[in-house]
Amino acid sequence: MTAIDDSSWDPTAKWGLHPMVAVRPETFGALVYHYDTRRLSFLKDLRLASVVSELDDGGSANEVLDRAGLSGADREAFVQALEMLSQTQMIVRR
Amino acid sequence: MHNTESSSVPTKEPEVEQQPVTANLLVEDVSIDGMCGVY
Amino acid sequence: MAPESAAPRLIDHFERGLQAPICLTWELTYGCNLSCVHCLSSSGRRDPRELTTAEAKAVIDEMNRLQVFYVNIGGGEPTIRPDFWELVEYAVEQGVGVKFSTNGLQMTAAHAQRIKESGYIDVQISLDGATPEVNDPIRGQGTFAGAIRAMETLQSAGVFGFKVSVVVTRTNVGQLDAFKAIADRYGAQLRLTRLRPSGRGAEVWNELHLSAADQRDLYTWLLAHGEDVLTGDSFFHLSALGQSLPGLNLCGAGRVVCLIDPVGDVYACPFTIHESFKAGSVRDAGGFTKVWRSSDLFLELREPRSAGICTKCSEFDACRGGCMAAKFFTGLPLDGPDPECVMGHGEALLASIDHAQTPRTDVDHSRGSSRRMLPLSVVSRACDESPVASKAMAL
Repeated sequence: MTAIDDSSWDPTAKWGLHPMVAVRPETFGALVYHYDTRRLSFLKDLRLASVVSELDDGGSANEVLDRAGLSGADREAFVQALEMLSQTQMIVRR
Repeated sequence: MHNTESSSVPTKEPEVEQQPVTANLLVEDVSIDGMCGVY
Repeated sequence: MAPESAAPRLIDHFERGLQAPICLTWELTYGCNLSCVHCLSSSGRRDPRELTTAEAKAVIDEMNRLQVFYVNIGGGEPTIRPDFWELVEYAVEQGVGVKFSTNGLQMTAAHAQRIKESGYIDVQISLDGATPEVNDPIRGQGTFAGAIRAMETLQSAGVFGFKVSVVVTRTNVGQLDAFKAIADRYGAQLRLTRLRPSGRGAEVWNELHLSAADQRDLYTWLLAHGEDVLTGDSFFHLSALGQSLPGLNLCGAGRVVCLIDPVGDVYACPFTIHESFKAGSVRDAGGFTKVWRSSDLFLELREPRSAGICTKCSEFDACRGGCMAAKFFTGLPLDGPDPECVMGHGEALLASIDHAQTPRTDVDHSRGSSRRMLPLSVVSRACDESPVASKAMAL
């Protein structure tokens, strides 16, 4: 992954879906598809699916996670999950 | 990305309920071409 | 809310069924300007019952509603439909990405420019030999040159990352490096897929399918190239040779993928055009959505299946019994080994099958005699008349 400073993961920054990314709800969470990279991510948790869809209109990633009521180990996992999505450019800084 | 169902499946995960959720449990990444029947 | 405890595997989600396919293959026409010996859809003549432009657009509307990310358009040669580009552009407008497979004979600079300008159109050029001597006996005289010309056209327009799509056969498996070099030369990506005994492929499968030694060479080559070379997960049965190949390593039929044929019939996968794998039609009440969500066939395919004698095999978790289509069209039971099982279990069973009794597709649009049981050396002469010479077709 190329390390461009502006795209590096930072939970205090504002994030949103990449413009070439589409999200489809599923019973287990959601599918996220990137039209550029042709890669697909499975969000295997309904809360993560809603966090991702709220990124666009919320504040920073941290604020969106606060609103979802995530804390402790769960929160850490969600932060890591968002970081993974940023590395595959499913979510980008806005 | 490889499938996680290897042939050497561990017999039992002890105290599964106590295990915290991890990022890998939440997100799995595949290539759309990595699905059989994609012509 | 407690976090989910046990790791939900992707396969579990697939078995429960998704709201819609992840991507689907849509053969737009049975018409083709070529007659490749291994054509999986036995294409040649157009079918008068093919979906009209309005019906095709209604299918696209449905894909949009279902949020199908991507459709793989094929045929036949899809570009011979006069409304081909109209449908591609309609799909893109509806947010449905398109990858289309073509022999490239009709690729013009204007088409290449359209592809370049859209971020949602991907193209796949078919090539079955890295030289005309290997390619043309399979695809027809002049088709190697035609495919290369299309690649040049795409490259000149600045289209990069298009796919060069190769069906791996006994005659071209020695050319893997040469195929890769061709793809690299045009800024394209190589895609290798497995020869299935589907459509006319059934007639040439015996002569063209890989030997056990070929399969091992291919496996080693694929491992060395990782995700640089695409495979559509079609060689997952080779994962039984050791380390798993990239991909889900799972048969996606009716679970994550399916096929819509030119007349609107829905089949489990592109390699299963046969009454036994027909789930319904987009023309039925309820359309494609109903077929996907509630057809008996698809619901059955999403149930855990008995794998018969394969469950006793040490490699079962790696190959899961292999390809349903390969088994079916070689006459093997679906709950047994793949005909190309790397443990040799399929070969042993195949020896007891009477080739004349194997299931044949009931959907055949081949031009001329439909059943060609000829050795390849003879089949190649069926392409005496150059398909390239008669290519002027409306676009």
